[in-house]
Amino acid sequence: MTQNQSLFFQKFGLTPNDLQSYLGEALSAGGDYADLYFEYLTSTSISVDESMVKSASQGISAGCGVRVLAGERTGFAYTDDLSPNKIMRAARTAALIARGPAKDPVQNLKQAKAHQLYQVATPAADADIAAKVDLVMRADKAARAYDPRIVQVRAGFNDELRQILVIGSDGTYATDVQPLARLSLNCIAKSGQNSARGAAGGGGRVALDFFHTDKTPEYFAQDAARQAIIQLDARDAPAGEMEVVLGPGWPGILLHEAIGHGLEADFNRKGTSAFSGLIGKRVASEKCTVVDNGTLPSRRGSINVDDEGSPTQNTVLIEKGILKGYLSDKLSAKLMGMPDTGNGRRESYEHIPMPRMTNTYMLAGEDAPEDIIRSVNRGVYAVNFGGGQVDITSGKFVFSASEAYMIENGKITAPLKNCTLIGNGPDALTRVSMVGSDLQLDEGVGTCGKDGQSVPVGVGIPTIKLDKMTVGGTAS
Amino acid sequence: MSARSEALLESPTDLREIAVDVIDRARRAGATMAEAVVRDGTEFSTVVRRGEVETLKEAGSRALGLRVFLGHQAASTYSSDFTPEGIEMLVSGAMELAKITSPDPTSGLPDKSELGQISGDLQLYYDDVYSLAAEERIEYARRAEKAALDSDPRLTNSDGGSFDAGTGRKVLANSLGFVGEYRRSLCSVYAAPIARAEDGAMQRDYWYSSARTLSKLDSPENVGREAARRTLRRVGARKIASTRVPVVLEPTVAASIIDNIFDAATGDAVYRQATFLVDQLGQKVAGENITLIDDGTMVGGFGSSPFDGEGVPTRRTVVIEKGVLKSYLLNTYTARKLGLKTTGNAARGLAGTPATGSGNFFLEPGTRTQQQIIAGVKQGLYVTEFLGFGVNLVTGDFSRGASGLWIENGELTYPVEEITIAGNLKDMLNNIAEIGSDLVFRSSMACPTLRIDGMTIAGA
Repeated sequence: MTQNQSLFFQKFGLTPNDLQSYLGEALSAGGDYADLYFEYLTSTSISVDESMVKSASQGISAGCGVRVLAGERTGFAYTDDLSPNKIMRAARTAALIARGPAKDPVQNLKQAKAHQLYQVATPAADADIAAKVDLVMRADKAARAYDPRIVQVRAGFNDELRQILVIGSDGTYATDVQPLARLSLNCIAKSGQNSARGAAGGGGRVALDFFHTDKTPEYFAQDAARQAIIQLDARDAPAGEMEVVLGPGWPGILLHEAIGHGLEADFNRKGTSAFSGLIGKRVASEKCTVVDNGTLPSRRGSINVDDEGSPTQNTVLIEKGILKGYLSDKLSAKLMGMPDTGNGRRESYEHIPMPRMTNTYMLAGEDAPEDIIRSVNRGVYAVNFGGGQVDITSGKFVFSASEAYMIENGKITAPLKNCTLIGNGPDALTRVSMVGSDLQLDEGVGTCGKDGQSVPVGVGIPTIKLDKMTVGGTAS
Repeated sequence: MSARSEALLESPTDLREIAVDVIDRARRAGATMAEAVVRDGTEFSTVVRRGEVETLKEAGSRALGLRVFLGHQAASTYSSDFTPEGIEMLVSGAMELAKITSPDPTSGLPDKSELGQISGDLQLYYDDVYSLAAEERIEYARRAEKAALDSDPRLTNSDGGSFDAGTGRKVLANSLGFVGEYRRSLCSVYAAPIARAEDGAMQRDYWYSSARTLSKLDSPENVGREAARRTLRRVGARKIASTRVPVVLEPTVAASIIDNIFDAATGDAVYRQATFLVDQLGQKVAGENITLIDDGTMVGGFGSSPFDGEGVPTRRTVVIEKGVLKSYLLNTYTARKLGLKTTGNAARGLAGTPATGSGNFFLEPGTRTQQQIIAGVKQGLYVTEFLGFGVNLVTGDFSRGASGLWIENGELTYPVEEITIAGNLKDMLNNIAEIGSDLVFRSSMACPTLRIDGMTIAGA
């Protein structure tokens, strides 16, 4: 018995027979499919401000969501009380979406072979709280030590341990114990009348050791402080279309916004995406191959099974510029007659699963990053970003550069004030003329929002050059 | 179905009793002060797409949060486990956690004299949000979508119509003797049609109405038709060349600027020097035409409540008066930090230290209609949507994606998209050339139509 089977079976007294009867109740009015998602989530948050541990909190959230599918219809109910009568009631409520004779779920729930992506002996959630405080204090100290112009630092550590059990009327039986940890900080720098901010952070599905051996608090602190100091001297960004070079790593948010959302199967099933009907068509230059890969060990966006109990996989979205596939969950896969790519995700037991990204990135090309910069006469080199957003239907997307520089005559020159880049999803990547050999994944801070649901994701990209993109500055 | 929604919260427990009990337990465990929040709620939502039900969701939930102080050390815990063992874990967990935090002399509950709640019925709760029968709720969603799609043959697809309802009850109690409780309800109807242009390009927009009572909800037909109008006007949108012209922000878009100003005026941002409004109290920060008010006491308001997240009565605070910064928006901690008094703007979730939240935050309306404002612009952009998060409150730098309609000789002409609008909030506050008379509260942040001069549009 795995750790979390014992949790749900022992702590909450579930039995295999109960599970079968909940599924039976969920299909009591017909329906094509029913599933139950049990979740037990513990989370810890520590925050340091003005070099004091000002806030520490811990919480437990547990519950069960019951979903019934009937054609394109979804009935859903949840309960935060895991007693059998409450789960039964939620199942009965969800069942009402269907109108027909009762159906029998598959009798033998079978556990599929799953990935082992989290190499975590002791999850951060179970680590000594003092050790977590120490990490945050170290980050605070290192940021302040970076430069006397750093006047404010706010640093935090967040971890969670999500234990899930998913059962489906098709025989699905999946469990997972998903650790997640993140260290992050924000700095304010001041010099005379000028103020600026910098932010950095990272983590993943890792143990606390990660922050001692792989990426230390000092590493993140110096990066946040460095950005704030650089921004003190930033000048107005230019306005208009020009060449844009994206640095490696987090700028992969371009892929997330420009194409990732538009390739989620639900939008394409409904014909509401700017990418609808474009499979097999060119949507990027032939230098671009883009994947969504939920199976990278330890990454923030990775999961052994998705929230419908399906194993995650590496899905090719764009191959040498040609659109190859969508990201799907069970519902869209069935209705579209395409494979389930294991991208059915949900924020919690209170939410209905839908197709979501995991780790979305572009494969490395052959250009040397220096050559890419050198090839630009006048343009923008953007290396760090805040958030982004996309209008799925029109395809227009934005992402906001928090660290960017001018490129003039092949050389990186002045730092630029924050500016938004805007483009059109189906053709933005057709302007990619150079792809670097330096693929990097982001540090592990990304959270994606869709229909009010947040899930952790990752992005990645090598240095790339777009021949034309609109830069939203104020200078001419 | 209405009976069932309520029934999902079986045997309405006395939340006050639970809150007071948790505080007693925390005191007995050694907490010098404690504060508990207990809430429960129900939610219903249905989405209809192309006439067919797509989702039906129904649930009830409850949760409990505790904040304890050990002298000047503080920590918090939360849980949905209301069993005696669950509550014991909540208390012992918080006490353990508090020991690792730093003594912060500024921390603590509000002064006892500041606690209280405003009297009178704020009219925040109506049980009629669940009064529609199951089929009627679905029909509301269906009618909204149908009204949208029937408006024009170019509306060939849809992201659906929806109807949502929800109620929530919140109890806050602390060891200084405060116990307060309120209930709120909300219902909404929504439609999001999709139009296809001759060249195949698609456009989507939406509209909604929400209200605390079903009787004040706009009709599904009105919502659907407005959604259709908003979507159709985007058809054929094009990019324009970079330029610098006046921009006219429609109220929903203008409200997002007001939201930025709210964040910049919070005590948290001020004491961390994370806002361009730091050290500006009593200074002129905006044009004389600008008066910004936060009012948590408006009857029926989306941002109204009888007390804030710390048990301090809500109130009306003039933040900017005729261009002069009069007050920051404060909770107990940030007020003490800045040597000021709380403005009753504490926002408390289940866990963590209280943040700052708005009451009903709005810009005082002017006298001209939106049409008059547009008529006064020779060449400019009427902005109907912002995209993205490009606002830096430390510097005030503002750069967001936008779409809208080009204004030529005082009239709206062709739709525009894939452009950005950039400037700096400091300048924007001083360059609001016109303020409309059309102040309508559609959420807790409201702003009339604004004309802002001097911003840069980046396009082709």
